Amino acid sequence: MPRASTRRLVAGRGRYVDDIPAKGEVYAAFLRSPHAHAAFEVVNISAAAAIPGVVRVLTAEDIDPVCPPWKCVLRNAPDLQSPEQRPLARRQAVFQGEPIALVVAQSRAIAEDALELIEVEWSERPAAISLEAAAMPDAVPAHENLKSNICWRFEHRSGDPDKAFADAEHVVQRRLVFARKTGVPLEPRGILASYDPSTNALTVHVSHQMPHQFQLHLAELLGMSPLDVRVICSDIGGAFGIKMHVYPEEVAVCAASRILGRPVKFIADRVESLSSDVHAREHIVEARMAVNTSGMITAIDVDDIQGLGAYSVYPRSSTAEAMSALRAVGGPYRFDNYHALLRSVLQNKVMTGQYRSVGHPVAAAITEALVEDAAAVRGEDSIVFRQRNFLPTEAMPWVSPMGARMIDLSHHACLERMLTLVDYPRLRQEIDTWRQEGRIVGLGLASFVEFTATGAEAYGRAHVPVSSLDGVMLTMEPTGEVRAQCSASEIGQGIQQGLAQIIADAVGVRADKVRVALGDTAASPHGGGAWSSRGAAITGETAWTAGRKLRNELLNVAAAMLQTTAASLDLRDGRILAADTGAERIAIGDVARTAIFHPYDLPTGTNAQMSVSHTWGRDADPFLPTNGVQASLVEIDPISGLVRPLRHWVVEDCGRIINPLLVDEQIRGGVVQGIGEALYEICRYTEDGQYGSGTLADYLLPMAADMPDIVVAHVETPYSGSQLGAKGAGEAGTCGAPAAVLNAVNDALRPFSGRIDAMPISPVDVLRALGKLPAKAGA
Amino acid sequence: MKPPRFDYLRPQTLAEAVELLDRHGGDAAILAGGQSLMPMLNLRVAQPAVLIDINAVPELDRIGRSGDRLSIGGRARHNDVFRSAEVAQAAPLLTVALEHVAHEAIRNRGTLGGSLALADPAAELPACMVCLDAEIVTASVKGERRIPAGAFFQGLYTTTLEPNEILARVDVPAAGTDWRFGFDEVARRRGDFAMAGVAVAVREESKAVAECRISLLGVEMSPRRMEAVEMCLLDAPLGTAANIVAAQSALRDTLEPIEGSEIPPEYRIQIAHELLARVIRAMAAPVSGKRTH
Ligand SMILES: Cc1cc2nc3c(=O)[nH]c(=O)nc-3n(C[C@H](O)[C@H](O)[C@H](O)COP(=O)(O)OP(=O)(O)OC[C@H]3O[C@@H](n4cnc5c(N)ncnc54)[C@H](O)[C@@H]3O)c2cc1C
Repeated sequence: MPRASTRRLVAGRGRYVDDIPAKGEVYAAFLRSPHAHAAFEVVNISAAAAIPGVVRVLTAEDIDPVCPPWKCVLRNAPDLQSPEQRPLARRQAVFQGEPIALVVAQSRAIAEDALELIEVEWSERPAAISLEAAAMPDAVPAHENLKSNICWRFEHRSGDPDKAFADAEHVVQRRLVFARKTGVPLEPRGILASYDPSTNALTVHVSHQMPHQFQLHLAELLGMSPLDVRVICSDIGGAFGIKMHVYPEEVAVCAASRILGRPVKFIADRVESLSSDVHAREHIVEARMAVNTSGMITAIDVDDIQGLGAYSVYPRSSTAEAMSALRAVGGPYRFDNYHALLRSVLQNKVMTGQYRSVGHPVAAAITEALVEDAAAVRGEDSIVFRQRNFLPTEAMPWVSPMGARMIDLSHHACLERMLTLVDYPRLRQEIDTWRQEGRIVGLGLASFVEFTATGAEAYGRAHVPVSSLDGVMLTMEPTGEVRAQCSASEIGQGIQQGLAQIIADAVGVRADKVRVALGDTAASPHGGGAWSSRGAAITGETAWTAGRKLRNELLNVAAAMLQTTAASLDLRDGRILAADTGAERIAIGDVARTAIFHPYDLPTGTNAQMSVSHTWGRDADPFLPTNGVQASLVEIDPISGLVRPLRHWVVEDCGRIINPLLVDEQIRGGVVQGIGEALYEICRYTEDGQYGSGTLADYLLPMAADMPDIVVAHVETPYSGSQLGAKGAGEAGTCGAPAAVLNAVNDALRPFSGRIDAMPISPVDVLRALGKLPAKAGA
Repeated sequence: MKPPRFDYLRPQTLAEAVELLDRHGGDAAILAGGQSLMPMLNLRVAQPAVLIDINAVPELDRIGRSGDRLSIGGRARHNDVFRSAEVAQAAPLLTVALEHVAHEAIRNRGTLGGSLALADPAAELPACMVCLDAEIVTASVKGERRIPAGAFFQGLYTTTLEPNEILARVDVPAAGTDWRFGFDEVARRRGDFAMAGVAVAVREESKAVAECRISLLGVEMSPRRMEAVEMCLLDAPLGTAANIVAAQSALRDTLEPIEGSEIPPEYRIQIAHELLARVIRAMAAPVSGKRTH
């Protein structure tokens, strides 16, 4: 079933932040640090302030009195040390692009004119840029007076990994390098903040994934009650995780509106979006896998150095990505001994943070590269190796070495399905034929586990105010239609449609009779918004129960009207039926109208609830694991080393599928982002920290013409702990795609004895691996 | 990303355009398709005081042939050149190369003159004009000036165009049936600027190469004739193994690749070297002048 909102959106009638006007609005532009690390003094703003149309030039001096700095603190990780961050930097800039002043003017163009006239004295400092260098004990500090750039160190050991490695028949190892990339939503970040001094209330339209979380932070930073801060997220043109943070620009704009007492708008342009949205995935990982004589994985060891940028992102912490990666390493397999070491490193670059499939693609790439190597040293097909090592269904539930409870997973079934889908033996034969013809082709597989629908403990125990619960309020209209207000967020993934279907089924009406409102803190109960592929599994489950409550109320009223029992009635398609015969008794609209307009016709004390609400979050299972397999077929151009994905397949298990169309397209979009991660996307910095990927000519996105057909199939293993059985589906595509492509490229390179260990895979590295260019000096 | 203030002028005739250009000279920028200029304005890389929009000037987009000369107006859109039957006949190299220029929407606006005046080292059209031995014709208050394409491109984003000149048209010698052309390039994604590309033109007499012109794009700072390479192909049938090897080695010796980008120079040399062979072989194969992939 297509989304009800599709017509509106494709007709260009979407309303994004920039489409929303406010009377008297003025426009903000930021002066940003041109240096990666520098001390500075804003010397003179008078020339800028004098330009006609400029309303005000603001610096930290102006903003600090209305907004204190913030700092990423995780109560359950007290060692994490991240410096204070402000809406506008004061005297020290720690990454290129950090906002240091703000001009508010009658137009964005005027504001930009004024930026050029602000006089700043800069005194450049040495900068910590490359991850390897920044992680060294004697590294240049990313902040003045910082003793070490290591912001957080984490070590985990379970079982006896040392012994397992000592006893191993084979040990395989890899060093994989992952480059920074970012989310690139179609709609960049944007905010319209309207402070009304007469009511001391702030209304904020913002392109954000979590209106309630953002509301709490704004209220706290501006010293207001959340009752006076209303956050509205109307249409959101993509988010991918980069819109779940508290950014300096958004807070500065709210503070500016407070200072000026009028609406202030800021829409990040593409350059700002690419250079100030959180980046992700900067990791250098050394990993080893121990395998015993029977070909079983006995231990995994990973050493991850992760780049954080200048601050650990507020409030959820940049370290979440690496922690998520470490949790997901080895995901599909049963192994008992695990050692993981993480060093998260501050650098003079933009912050890294949560981006679609947070950490999982890193874990999948490492795990599946090691699996290929292990199978190769054993001289067997990696399929056989996987099948032998998968966590068997009968062993579940099983707690992984990092404490994840593995339940309701279908590794063997997904792989079986994949082998049929790709017609494995025939495809292998075909590849052999192509190779004989001189073509450089390869097939890569990747099994994966993706943890979705994060529960309360992840952020609760850190005392980060992020809700993993959702609230749903349903109101019966006198027409028999249902109005729903939910705390999920629609960010383009289609959850609005999914919820309408769930509520419709729960109540017993058609989906087009349900109108779902999302994204307004004044309208919907507090709840989690959009992150961690949580919509169907958490909001959906909440909505289901709320819908059943409303249904019961309606059946009770109908029973009273028809002088029978609720149990003898059914509610379907908006009609009350006799449960046994299916004969129509009365329309739901008549029931609603009786309850609302003619309650005197009902027995005294009926007090039918025509609006119900429900709040829900899971008690058990801090995460819902999901699983799947991806396969990628690629061809390498022998002249240029360019990798062309020829075909891509996904078999995934997200439990109960509510809307197959939405799930399939989520998977496809995710795969494309994963292919982007494997082949194209990179946020580049020069050695002195100048950002080099500020336009879409420099930051290469995967484009439709270069994408392969993506075949999607499903195995459905419902989550056993909920009524709907739905789990997360939004990130699975991104999770496994880079691993599959990397394995495919390395499969293609195998006959040439070359190998790629860095993503995105550069054509230059491929030519080197093919022996057509000399190896990199020092490599 | 908003442009600084500028005055906007929209001349209605070529005379008026060159008049305005003469008055504003170095403070002015000509606006043609805007596909490169508008981003430069928005990024404030270019800050002209005056924009002279030539989109209303009549005739500037004319494509026509007279005798053995094909003339293409400076404001001819990429897609109009791409779809022109006259171009396909008289300068098929352009038709083949234009398929690699950007994307449909950009080709609808972008112009030949804009591309040549900009002189991006990775652009297709400058290299093609060198390979075709075309003449760039400029207009100014002083009248016309004709500049051989080989002398027009001076380096990275640099040409011999004077600030008071408009690139009015390009005159291309119309190819006789004895000419064959080859073109190929490597770009990261479809429509991207090339990391290396090769354009080849040869005239054959009694099955031997009598004339040969080769230019590259995306490899050096600006396109030029690869004379040393051309020599290797003369006086022999096109595509002999020995000649290809000789041409490849001459190419390696002569190239001065772009430095300082994330694409290492040795990579550009390597792919140019392989492309050269691929293009020559494809030209020598029975279906001539066609793209090879
Ligand atoms: C996403 C993208 C991808 C692209 N990919 C490619 C590609 O693969 N290959 C390629 O070759 N190009 C590519 N281009 C560039 C495109 O071809 C441009 O259209 C072209 O380079 C400039 O032409 P224009 O008419 O748009 O010029 P404008 O942007 O209007 O002007 C460009 C410059 O030329 C000057 N100028 C323009 N016309 C004249 C004239 N008649 N006389 C004197 N000066 C003049 C202007 O003052 C300005 O300095 C791409 C552009 C984009 C946006």
